[in-house]
Amino acid sequence: MKFSANSVWENKDGYDVIVVGAGHAGCEAALACARLGFQTIIFTVSVDSIALMPCNPNIGGSSKGHLVREVDALGGEMGKVIDQTFIQSKMLNKSKGPAVHSLRAQADKANYSRTMRSVLENQERLDIKQQEVVRILSDDKRVTGVQTYSGAVYSCKAVILCTGTYLKARCIYGDVSTNTGPNGLQAANFLTDSLKELGIKMYRFKTGTPARIDKNSVDFSRMEEQFGDEKVIPFSFSTNPADVQINQASCWLTYTNEKTHDIIRNNLDRSPLFSGMIEGTGPRYCPSIEDKVVKFPDKNRHQVFIEPEGLETNEMYIGGMSSSLPEDVQYDMYRTVPGLERVKIVRNAYAIEYDCIDARQLKPTLEFKTIDGLFSGGQFNGSSGYEEAAAQGLIAGINAAMKLRGIDGIVLDRSQAYIGVLIDDLVTKESHEPYRMMTSRAEYRLLLRQDNADQRLTKIGHDIGLISEERYQSFIEKMKYVDSELERLSNVHVGTSEDVQSLLKKYGSTPLISGISLKELICRPELSYSILSIIDKDRPEFPDELKDEILEQVNIRIKYEGYINRQLRQVEQFKKLENKKIPMDIDYDSIKSLRIEAVQKLKELRPVSIGQASRISGVSPADISVLLVYIGGRE
Amino acid sequence: MFQIEKQTIAAISTAVSESGIGIIRMSGDQAIEIADKVYRGKHKKRLADQKTYTIHYGYIADHDEIIDEVLVMLMRGPHSYTGEDTIEINCHGGVYVVNRILEVLIKCGARPAEPGEFTERAFLNGRIDLSQAEAVIDIIQSENEYALKSSVNQLRGSVKDKISNIRKKILYHTAFIETALDDPEHISVDGYGAKLREIVSELVFEIKELIDSSSNGRVMREGINTVILGRPNAGKSSLLNALIGEDRAIVTDIAGTTRDIIQEHIRFQGISLNIMDTAGIRDTEDIIEKIGVDKAIKSAKESDLIIYVIDSSVLLDDNDFSILKLLKEKKSIIILNKSDLDMNVSISDIKDRFLKENNSLDKFNIPVIEVSAKNGYGINILENKIKEMFYQGNLSFNTEIYITNIRHKNALDEAHKSLKKVIESIDNNMPEDFYSIDLMDAYEALGNITGETMGEDLIHEIFSKFCMGK
Repeated sequence: MKFSANSVWENKDGYDVIVVGAGHAGCEAALACARLGFQTIIFTVSVDSIALMPCNPNIGGSSKGHLVREVDALGGEMGKVIDQTFIQSKMLNKSKGPAVHSLRAQADKANYSRTMRSVLENQERLDIKQQEVVRILSDDKRVTGVQTYSGAVYSCKAVILCTGTYLKARCIYGDVSTNTGPNGLQAANFLTDSLKELGIKMYRFKTGTPARIDKNSVDFSRMEEQFGDEKVIPFSFSTNPADVQINQASCWLTYTNEKTHDIIRNNLDRSPLFSGMIEGTGPRYCPSIEDKVVKFPDKNRHQVFIEPEGLETNEMYIGGMSSSLPEDVQYDMYRTVPGLERVKIVRNAYAIEYDCIDARQLKPTLEFKTIDGLFSGGQFNGSSGYEEAAAQGLIAGINAAMKLRGIDGIVLDRSQAYIGVLIDDLVTKESHEPYRMMTSRAEYRLLLRQDNADQRLTKIGHDIGLISEERYQSFIEKMKYVDSELERLSNVHVGTSEDVQSLLKKYGSTPLISGISLKELICRPELSYSILSIIDKDRPEFPDELKDEILEQVNIRIKYEGYINRQLRQVEQFKKLENKKIPMDIDYDSIKSLRIEAVQKLKELRPVSIGQASRISGVSPADISVLLVYIGGRE
Repeated sequence: MFQIEKQTIAAISTAVSESGIGIIRMSGDQAIEIADKVYRGKHKKRLADQKTYTIHYGYIADHDEIIDEVLVMLMRGPHSYTGEDTIEINCHGGVYVVNRILEVLIKCGARPAEPGEFTERAFLNGRIDLSQAEAVIDIIQSENEYALKSSVNQLRGSVKDKISNIRKKILYHTAFIETALDDPEHISVDGYGAKLREIVSELVFEIKELIDSSSNGRVMREGINTVILGRPNAGKSSLLNALIGEDRAIVTDIAGTTRDIIQEHIRFQGISLNIMDTAGIRDTEDIIEKIGVDKAIKSAKESDLIIYVIDSSVLLDDNDFSILKLLKEKKSIIILNKSDLDMNVSISDIKDRFLKENNSLDKFNIPVIEVSAKNGYGINILENKIKEMFYQGNLSFNTEIYITNIRHKNALDEAHKSLKKVIESIDNNMPEDFYSIDLMDAYEALGNITGETMGEDLIHEIFSKFCMGK
């Protein structure tokens, strides 16, 4: 294949792993490989766009915050970088159960990108290269290297594709369309064809972003100010909570109104979505404002969040009003919103279309089933969101490294991590829109809390080699404190003394008739660990930086014990099916009693376990029985 | 979600009919433990202390109520048919007794076995050799399909609608909560508990009603559903009493859902009959009586067998004519009752009238039997006729219906339990995210009845009904 170059130059630097794309997936993948001892090079179309946040200026949020914490517990980078670069932070759902508490931080975008870039630049064994990768080189279904637009050939043992939204990207608003990636960056126009030649099935997805506006043109007096939490909790388990108590920036809340909606309705025919100019499938969870107005006609207003893009810029993000309407309509519509009457648009809102894959072509390790050594992560896999990307990038990176080490890859299951749910959904279920993480997708969310991500994953991260011994020991220490405190609380009993009874009375709790353990008292809905401090005289001292975490763990473990145990029992059942592995050489055609639809689906997907098979749509419980018997018979 | 589980399963392993002996089999880790909860042997004997391959005499009881005198066989895994601990309870046959015993076992922790499940376990535990694999698969496959089909078919439209409606409500409210959790800055779920409590309480009530009706309905289903029709005072009740007689066992006496249909379950010569004595059929203006008559006609249409009682002492009238129309498409027997009195109706009268009412050139082949319910004359002829029709295959009933029914009931019980937990969580001021766990459990359980799996329902509902932000 010939691109712009006439000659082919062969790079001889001896890379083990090549990462294509330096967004949130690519960064984690490259860092993981380099840290695990492999010579790694990461390609990007623009070094200035490393870890770019081309859409919303925040990290985390419901269930996404969980992902960041899990990435952190496994030894990823995202949590640490946002802890250094956030300008506002909130724990969402604080009034709800611990399972749905979720951190969300506003990022200083430029700072985030710069900080992550500096981590990459200073990582041993990791090189950065500005070049478009145009071709995947392979030999007999095994990846051997890549070729760049300049014609250069880089050989390697594994490739990780993290191309985000850049493949044949096209940005559109109104009747204006440019063949560029996000933010006007250069698109990657050749790689898709190379992938198709390898037999990879591609989809075309779509997403969008709202306009960025000039802060000086906004009248904040007409909006509600939104503050961060008084006490900030860091994302990374390795960040000292004292270091994140900063002066925070504010966000602002305002609303659309019927005037806004009228303008949108009157101009729908000029939207590329409705005119058919956009062919990609957009996400239902992140609808453009025109989608919302059409789908929910009886809502007479929608919330709009005005969020800073950083501390050193005047640009602000209009959360809730992504659009692909023409430029003039964008001005008209935004200017109907209270506070935005005289708004100046710095960057227009746009929709973006891009090529991605049907992720069912991947194993749960994120390696392609049919091409040895080729891995992929992030939006390229049909997901959306920075956090989803980082999670996959990390896993793809780890598993490329495991492959080079010659050992089995890491597969987290649905009972271990949101990352497990995310990847299992991607590689198992057919999806027609970019996939977003949601807490309702997790069956065992009481176990998959953001507060216990370290308990679920630190050991795995340590075993892999991404969590340092020091950090691991500090985690072990924390757990010792938690366990001994739990034990103490079940052994310390209080009686019917005056101070106990009056405390109970104060909180509307039934007085005691006889002695009871502190643990049992904490179980009562109206009481908590901290309320009982007055009658619990011998509380041990905990180290300052761990104190809050320890108390939280103790409280949650006691208060929700019943529910947690119930989920643990469900997990036991779940694991039985997950552990029933399906032999890779199984011949579904020879199992006569499977329904034809099931045979097709199973042949197409080739699930690794009965558990995965049971989640394929079109495979019925009866088919699963048949498989069980068949596999049982072969053993 | 499909699960492999080692939960203990139980099922009736003899045909559910009037055999001399009935066997209920139970297999799984807890089989012996569960059996001990219901078995009453001498000297407080515990099965758990007994050796494998032993037989034990005793009783099966539901708390204080003795159900039957039994022999219990104990086989410990892996040397049993399924390879697991297995208990077989041999009892005195009879639809009612075997079902009662199964029900108690289920109450104590066993799960009704799926069709073919014992065989499947035997296979999985290596008790059947490989060459039989295909056959086993075929059984599972066909039985599974059958079970699903029959279980869905069996749901009458209204029941199915009811369950679908309950599911719809559960899904909607769960989706609302979940949307709020996923997008807390756009949607608030604060204070939703009180509202949800009301809705869930209603659902709990509706499900309870279904459970109650399912236990009535179940007994009604086993056996040949027989309806006694006739004009008022034709002697329907006397015929029923004659059939029950002194030497007959009244197995159960369940009042029908309406006061105007009395249902009896009787057995004779190896056959089970569910007999519904209906309101007398006559054209009436009286509203309450009209309802009774309509019901009688409806149950006649749904029955397996109609016994039409004619008062032979008086002439046929319009009411008889309309009944004769009903008989055309059904298996039926005509009784000329009051044969001890002067007979004013003859077999040929009936035949002529039947042919005339049905404009039919067909032969008239409904058996007509002269009976005196009052003094018992002709009852044995009637019984023999029913027996003959049954054994010649003209009448049949389906044992599978029972199994699927118990599965329905189980699923309803589960949904009921889960929804009660939702109320409990609300009352305990648990945060809203806890509600949806039990709500979805209920949703899934009910889906097992209608044959719908959960899949991506919740996600779709969230996206289609609620407006998420960003």
